Amino acid sequence: MIGVRARAALLSAFIFLLSMVVWHMAVHGGGAGGPALDPEYAKLMGVQMAGAKSAMPGPLDVGAKLVEHLRHPFYNNGPNDKGLGLQLLYSIGRVALGYTLALAAALPLGFLIGMSELAYKALDPFIQILKPVSPLAWMPLALYTIKDSGLSAIFVIFICSVWPMLINTAFGVASVRKEWLNVARTLEVGPWRRAITVILPAAAPTILTGMRISVGIAWLVIVAAEMLVGGTGIGYFVWNEWNNLSISNVIVAILMIGLIGMILDQMLARCQRAVTFPE
Amino acid sequence: MAMFDNPFDGSRRLRSGCACGKHDSQAAHDAAARVSRMDDEARYREITTSAVMRALFPDDVQRRGFLKAVGASTAAAAISTFFPIATATEVFAQTGKPEKTDLKIGFIPITCATPIIMAHPLGFYSKQGLNVEVVKTAGWAVIRDKTINKEYDAAHMLAAMPLAISLGLGSNPIPFAVAAIENINGQAITLAVKHKDKTDPKSWKGMKFAIPFDYSMHNYLLRYYLAEHGIDPDTDVQLRSVPPPEMVANLRADNIDGFLAPDNIAQRAVYDGVGFIHSLSKQMWDGHPCCAFAASKEFISEAPNTYAALLRAIVDATGYASKAENRKSIAEAIAPAAYINAPVTVLEQALVGTYADGLGNIKNDPVRLDFDPFPWESFAVWMLTQMKRWGQIKGDVDYAKVAQQVFLATDAAKVMKEMGLTPPATSTKTFSVMGKAFDPAKPEEYVGSFAIRRS
Repeated sequence: MIGVRARAALLSAFIFLLSMVVWHMAVHGGGAGGPALDPEYAKLMGVQMAGAKSAMPGPLDVGAKLVEHLRHPFYNNGPNDKGLGLQLLYSIGRVALGYTLALAAALPLGFLIGMSELAYKALDPFIQILKPVSPLAWMPLALYTIKDSGLSAIFVIFICSVWPMLINTAFGVASVRKEWLNVARTLEVGPWRRAITVILPAAAPTILTGMRISVGIAWLVIVAAEMLVGGTGIGYFVWNEWNNLSISNVIVAILMIGLIGMILDQMLARCQRAVTFPE
Repeated sequence: MAMFDNPFDGSRRLRSGCACGKHDSQAAHDAAARVSRMDDEARYREITTSAVMRALFPDDVQRRGFLKAVGASTAAAAISTFFPIATATEVFAQTGKPEKTDLKIGFIPITCATPIIMAHPLGFYSKQGLNVEVVKTAGWAVIRDKTINKEYDAAHMLAAMPLAISLGLGSNPIPFAVAAIENINGQAITLAVKHKDKTDPKSWKGMKFAIPFDYSMHNYLLRYYLAEHGIDPDTDVQLRSVPPPEMVANLRADNIDGFLAPDNIAQRAVYDGVGFIHSLSKQMWDGHPCCAFAASKEFISEAPNTYAALLRAIVDATGYASKAENRKSIAEAIAPAAYINAPVTVLEQALVGTYADGLGNIKNDPVRLDFDPFPWESFAVWMLTQMKRWGQIKGDVDYAKVAQQVFLATDAAKVMKEMGLTPPATSTKTFSVMGKAFDPAKPEEYVGSFAIRRS
């Protein structure tokens, strides 16, 4: 008898194959037919009009495009045409920068809010109002004030990833068990030492949950932000190929965005497991 | 082109036409042909020498007499002994070393930007000693902000944008300038295929149309067209700002019923079988401006030599693009992903002018899109009247003054002259839009003459 894991893998493979076949059939059934065109006129038209091909690419077209991109992931034809790998690196770089800044801001502030009831009550209304704002709504304001599109994109990443980290840090810090704090107090541990040796390890799992949520959001937002400001990055790639109505390239980009998102999430999940402790 | 007559040629005939009909005489024709074969240095030297010769002997008959008496080469040698022709040539050719050679220019991927884009792969910038990076940009608002923020040194803008920016419409007032017009004509009203029976604009009530930007010729032309057919563009239809490259995707998704957009976008809608070309913009106003090569006044005053070199590159590229025989190779040069990112056949249909209309007909119009760099101040005045008409400008505006400050006709004329082209002698002209005459001297009366207006 094979284990659940192996059976799940088999089922996944089956679902994948089935969806590919359905996709293939759907695409090839669709575009056929239509009135025959004058050959001179047909020459001026796209494939889906001239031939019997659907506008939607099939899995084979996408596969071919994917192989093409993977073969030269880092080519660089000037500022407007770079390889998929380079574009992804640009996006990852932006996310890393914005995210690190957000982390640097959210951790100390979260500690402050979690440790002091006064700070919590005073800052709560601001957090509650700013948290639900879509990060892209900040874009025009950022472009106008920062006056630099690259920095604006990083700012948008910062602003979207700061809230989950801030709130989770505050929550984690506030809900450290009272007994542990009391023990620390009995032993006359100073506030700095208490924060680092008692509260930080105790709140670490919650903080990492916040970080994991943030990185997910940051990765979602970077694509949209880059579609807006353009220039470089995977979001720009999607936009550029959308303009060209090259759906196979867009699908390849979607696959890549999903893959990188998963890797980022798994990295933080691993960190989270490392700091989790049994109660 | 009298500019390139050889004043040392004593046997030049004074009157009569040439083979191609563009020049006063066969000699002028030959001179122009000879000049086009020369490299820049030789050409500049020649222009300088002829200017000196003409200055010394302003009277044609006297000059001829002198030349006949001593011979052309002796005359040149004699003059160069007391006049430093070499230095003068240098001064003329290098209107000064560019203050800045690494430049960034933003563009929107449409055929209107052809001169700006093709100047990169075809080397028009490097010929002027400039290292220009042309950067594709997502939309007009972004290109405006990036140019205002100095991320771009200069940019491809809709001809009305520098007017709007200078007047502070939709942004802080910052003095901007149109250094040169890019293209004339080259836009089309495109409708979704499902509307193929609704060719009469009167039946367009309730439709949604896309325009590239609020401050665009497209907006003003579409509004004008609708209003002339009794449709109020503000209440009877919906007009939406959509970046041109996204229009076809929106038309396919049924978000809009049609658009007035650059020819390559219209042609792409036809190519993909989602739209048909209803009419070309040149049917409304033949020779209307569309996009511009724009820069801030600050850039122009801080780096005048760079600006002059850029303008030379653009004027040169525009001249090259206006020739029908170059269009096919230009389409190939600007089609790759780094530039417009579109199938070559789509660009070729827009640039060469043999195109499918989306209803099964092949049409041919070699100047459906054309290029002419001269920024007529009258164009600016017309746009200002439309801004006023549709309520974008509230209150009074000094049409002539704004037009003169933003549309740098004098600079363009100077550069065109340097390049050996003949710029128009004036900077204003009259024209007619959909059969209605426009006189740039009477803008207020013009605004007042429309039945449908907001002011």
